Amino acid sequence: MNKQITLAMGNGGEENNELISKIFYKAFQNDILEKSEDAAVIHGGELAFSTDSFTVSPLFFPGADIGKLAVCGTCNDLAMMGAKPKYLTCSVIIEEGFSTRDLEKIVRSMKKELEVNGAIVVSGDTKVVPRGSVDKIFINTTGIGEIQKKGISSNNISQEDVILVSRDIGRHGATIFAAREGIELSSTLESDCASLTHQVQALIEAGVNITALRDATRGGVSAVLNEWAKQSNICIEVQEDSIPVSQEVYGICEMLGFEALNLANEGTFVLAVKKEDEQKALEVLHGFENSNNAVTIADVTQQYEQRVILLSSYGTKRFLDTPTGELLPRIC
Amino acid sequence: MMTTAKIEVSKVSELQLKDLYDGFRNPEVIQGFAKLIKEEAKKLEKPINIMEVCGGHTHSIMKFGLPQLLPKNINFIHGPGCPVCIMPKERIDHAYILAELEDTILVTLGDMIKVPGSKGSLQDARAKGADVRFVYSPLDTLKIAQENPDKKIIFFAIGFETTTPMTTSLIDIVIKKGIKNIFFHINHVTVPEVMVELIDSRDEHVDSYNNRIDAFLGPSHVSVITGSKIYEKFPKKYGRPVVVAGFEPVDVMEAILMIVKQFNEGRCELEIEYKRLVSRDGNLKAQALIEKYFEKASLFKWRGLGNVPQSGYKLKSEYAYLDAEKVYAEILPKEEIEDHKLCICGDILRGMAKPQECTIFGTACKPQTPLGSCMVSSEGACAAYYKYGNLI
Repeated sequence: MNKQITLAMGNGGEENNELISKIFYKAFQNDILEKSEDAAVIHGGELAFSTDSFTVSPLFFPGADIGKLAVCGTCNDLAMMGAKPKYLTCSVIIEEGFSTRDLEKIVRSMKKELEVNGAIVVSGDTKVVPRGSVDKIFINTTGIGEIQKKGISSNNISQEDVILVSRDIGRHGATIFAAREGIELSSTLESDCASLTHQVQALIEAGVNITALRDATRGGVSAVLNEWAKQSNICIEVQEDSIPVSQEVYGICEMLGFEALNLANEGTFVLAVKKEDEQKALEVLHGFENSNNAVTIADVTQQYEQRVILLSSYGTKRFLDTPTGELLPRIC
Repeated sequence: MMTTAKIEVSKVSELQLKDLYDGFRNPEVIQGFAKLIKEEAKKLEKPINIMEVCGGHTHSIMKFGLPQLLPKNINFIHGPGCPVCIMPKERIDHAYILAELEDTILVTLGDMIKVPGSKGSLQDARAKGADVRFVYSPLDTLKIAQENPDKKIIFFAIGFETTTPMTTSLIDIVIKKGIKNIFFHINHVTVPEVMVELIDSRDEHVDSYNNRIDAFLGPSHVSVITGSKIYEKFPKKYGRPVVVAGFEPVDVMEAILMIVKQFNEGRCELEIEYKRLVSRDGNLKAQALIEKYFEKASLFKWRGLGNVPQSGYKLKSEYAYLDAEKVYAEILPKEEIEDHKLCICGDILRGMAKPQECTIFGTACKPQTPLGSCMVSSEGACAAYYKYGNLI
């Protein structure tokens, strides 16, 4: 591993996995952690427990802000284990000189999103550090949720499942990239940042036989599918032209040389459900504005173990790998 | 009349990106070309190797899985047309050393920052505290210079003929506006010279005697700037047909059909498939800007290929005050650094070997830890093979 920590090690892809396994897993090693789920399942399978830290530039971006992101992120991780978010902690590190008004704005977004989830913040911490020690504000949230459906796990996907995606992909990553300094792009694109609690609850209430759920955050849908292929020891065959991508996201990808599959999402999740429940799951998802273009994208096979294959509409195929490196635009 | 006009305007505003690329990625058209190529290729007397010179083509070919649609007697040789891949360690070290200077911001284009030199990559320099930034357009450097008047901004300029005019535009503005804090480290390279090197070189660094290149797929965007005229000598003098092609899968398939037909019909010509953007003469204004500020360096060292005569640009001597290589001459090392001993990039680039034949491919040499030029960026042959595999 590199002697210094590089940005690539935080990309949600391969370098990130190496950092986690070689440093953190090595030290903290235990059965719950090693399951590598979005949230830890504890207390005899009754509770889901998860934490996430948030840093984003710009803090306010089309579609959301760091506050909404901080609540959605942790609540979604809980929801992905079939849990209903209940209690959150909120810990902030603020750079000296940060605007109080912006802080209030951020906290207001957090409050609003907590209400959406039916969760409350029950403990918190604040630190203010000298200018330059952090980039404006970092937020950590940790959450506990009550598991509504047991047994959801990324380790149990089989050929009896199909893979769905809840909406068009790559919006958050493309929005943030277009908004960052040095990339002067104007677009009407908004982040997909949203809480997924209600969709997941509705799926559970409708009795959909869910095998696994994962929100496609850093590393995008590529990272989720590759993690699943490895964790469940399967091959995932994706029909490339079935993947929903908005025109704006596609345009940004074409221009900068990105793949929508590698871009981050903050309100988009991938589902593995039993084949017989595919239609039922789609019907439930189509009832929500945020997932009215949910669609089946892949089958599970054993053709290439632990690999993800992209099938083109004109009869070629290629491997889809875990994204590597820092997200950088191609030169030409 | 008014109403009609209005309707037309709204139609234009409804034009979607999809409308622009759909035809060039149409499955039936791609399959149609695959069928025609298969038929035509049956008549070939011997297998042909087509080099796509440009990294953008390599990327498209691998991303769209085009080799899977072609008969076995048509092979691709992935060329040296990826500007970050061919950057020698010496020059990346220059960037690294310049980035480490106090009160200095090193600016470059996107994926340059992940390529390792002998001291590490610019990403590593940044992790150690250097101020390294990437821009999408070189002109964004002006903003950085304006916001940091007390710092020196060094633009590490890279790329083929496509990006060269953007650098010269920046130089033009810097000179006209008298901006004092922007300097240039020029690493622009040119396509035709390296094509000659691959098929005709007999010097101490490179011997192309056994190269297996039968025809060239000419770069898309380079040719938009230069025009197709730069390839005229290849069919005439070197007996290699050239078809200038666009980057979309339909473009590449059509160009391959054109090349195969040339062989079957006993022709050896320069043809343009990418007619919607490429002319014989190219972008004259861009060419004039390049001419104004740059001259050819007698040698430019390419990672994997060694020194190639007349293949790189440098600033003309009257602009030496902007030239970081001159301004910082005292601290920039001049010694050559050898390529990795086991790396066979030179042979891969001449079509004499495939990436999988390299002993360190996928083991010691991976996209995250590239040792040779072809693994460095997603446009390099080895990186493309590593990423997309060779599934059939």
